Amino acid sequence: MYKKILLAADGSDHSIRATSEVIKIASMNETSIVTVVLVADYSQAKSDVLHSGSSVELDMKRRRKLMPVEELLRAANINYRVEILHGVPGPSIVEFANKQNYELLVIGSRGLNSLQEMVLGSVSHKVVKRAECPVMIVK
Amino acid sequence: MLEKIRLNWFSNVRADILAGIVVALALIPEAIAFSIIAGVNPMVGLYASFSIAVIIAFVGGRPGMISAATGAMALLMVPLVKDHGIEYLLAATILTGIIQIIFGVFKVAKVMKFIPRAVMIGFVNALAILIFMAQVPHFLGISTITYVFVGVTLLIVYILPRFLKSIPAPLIAIVALTALALFADIEMRTVGDLGTITQSLPSFFIPNVPFSFETLMIIFPYSIALAIVGLLETLLTATIVDDMTGTESNKNKESRGQGIANFINGFFGGMAGCAMIGQSVINVKSGGRGRLSTLTAGLFLMFLIIVLGELVVQIPMPVLVGIMIMVSIGTFDWSSFTYLKKAPLTDSIVMVTTVLIVVFTHDLSKGVIAGVILSAIFFVAKISQVTVTKTVMNEASHFKVEGQLFFASVESFLEAFDFSVRDEKIIIDFSTTHVWDDSGVGAIDKVVLKYYENKNEVKIVGLNATSQQLVDKLAIYNNDNAKMSAH
Repeated sequence: MYKKILLAADGSDHSIRATSEVIKIASMNETSIVTVVLVADYSQAKSDVLHSGSSVELDMKRRRKLMPVEELLRAANINYRVEILHGVPGPSIVEFANKQNYELLVIGSRGLNSLQEMVLGSVSHKVVKRAECPVMIVK
Repeated sequence: MLEKIRLNWFSNVRADILAGIVVALALIPEAIAFSIIAGVNPMVGLYASFSIAVIIAFVGGRPGMISAATGAMALLMVPLVKDHGIEYLLAATILTGIIQIIFGVFKVAKVMKFIPRAVMIGFVNALAILIFMAQVPHFLGISTITYVFVGVTLLIVYILPRFLKSIPAPLIAIVALTALALFADIEMRTVGDLGTITQSLPSFFIPNVPFSFETLMIIFPYSIALAIVGLLETLLTATIVDDMTGTESNKNKESRGQGIANFINGFFGGMAGCAMIGQSVINVKSGGRGRLSTLTAGLFLMFLIIVLGELVVQIPMPVLVGIMIMVSIGTFDWSSFTYLKKAPLTDSIVMVTTVLIVVFTHDLSKGVIAGVILSAIFFVAKISQVTVTKTVMNEASHFKVEGQLFFASVESFLEAFDFSVRDEKIIIDFSTTHVWDDSGVGAIDKVVLKYYENKNEVKIVGLNATSQQLVDKLAIYNNDNAKMSAH
């Protein structure tokens, strides 16, 4: 089964559901390692910086978003590490997945309403189109 | 050394040059609009953007950040230009540079850390509101076609990027709508009506002002405001670029660099400028990382003006207004509304006060200073509150002290005790407090000795190590003589 799994997460309910699927897959193989990746969106950079007292606080805030995901992984005894990327969510995830040769990319379908999705485009859709490995989208 | 130069300049050549070109295109309308806000010829803003960008590329501390003529600075200089003219503005720009160099040398960047985020949020919001307000006279009640052009510009800049990402939408709006206005011969005010574009490089000259104490007194207040606001926006921008690129930057070097850039810029006919949040974000998003991107932005901007200057004056004002409305919407911190709901009341008051003072005085520096003073007052008020809770257990009164014990808080500490009791067991628990100074120790002394007077038994518990040290050194109550005399 898959050994190098990339889980794109932002702490939303969708990404929690994606985490449970990752756990199912990863627990089939003891040697598999999950990388949890969070993208600090460029378009949020200004307000992120404005609303945190220091870069340390900002790091902590971002890391805290992934707490529920990490808790699930830890409880299931999965080997994992966390990576925070800076960029535009879709392309950053794809670039990271392709460069590091992940075998499987798991991502939650995005928590936007249909209007937002029409205007912004869905991240998961862009990822599916450009990633070079199998992609699993969790509803 | 060589390795560092290579890393800063040539590690990302292709992307840096492309990003620089994108930024240059986005800079032109802003440089013109900010000149109009300041009440000077568009060339003053364009020359400033060229000079500052080129100089900061070499002397700045944050590679990949874009500095040029900015709205925050333009808004500050309005009264100076109106009352004294452009020559005084150039002199003020040079002095601003000198002040910023001094700030940089004395590492004032560190002090900027003490500016609370509520003030910074207020700063960007006030800036956004002022940029918007400056546009109002250029579109309100002029003509129907003006409204139409502003509206169409806004539609283009907001909708087009969803489909076409490679070319900046404001550029498309400018080219398409300028062409439309020219060919359809639509009567509208243009950039040319508000100033002229000179298709030549800036040249060195000394501002034509009398070298007197009087001149200094006129420009100094402006220069100091410009220096502070410029560094404030620059350091905020640098932090944003740091975060986006996941790298560190030298803030003191950047402060000094801003000073050098403004100092030279003033001698070449440019208005004072600073780093720009919007443009720097565009640069990083477009792939710009190194110093080459900033240099390219400045050079390409000048190149465009020299080649296309005649066309630039044809840009209809409503199009420029539309773009500046977009800039102001982009500058505003929209998460402020959730912030107002979630943040402590005092922070919200500081933020709103900062905005209001800027909007009424049209002076960003006044808002920032007022905001900082107000939050300092709130801070002292908050920290000088000591709460003492009393519980009775095993025939002894326990007093639990919470908060910081220092000169400003001793009064509220003393008020919490009732000294009329006699022959009681009293335990005062200091485990959730910290004693900072002589006044704090003095207050403890006073409480203990007062209780002794009425033959009470007093026990002090839970002092943390540093507080205990201070008490041991300074307090009188555990001195036997004092105890004897009290009995």
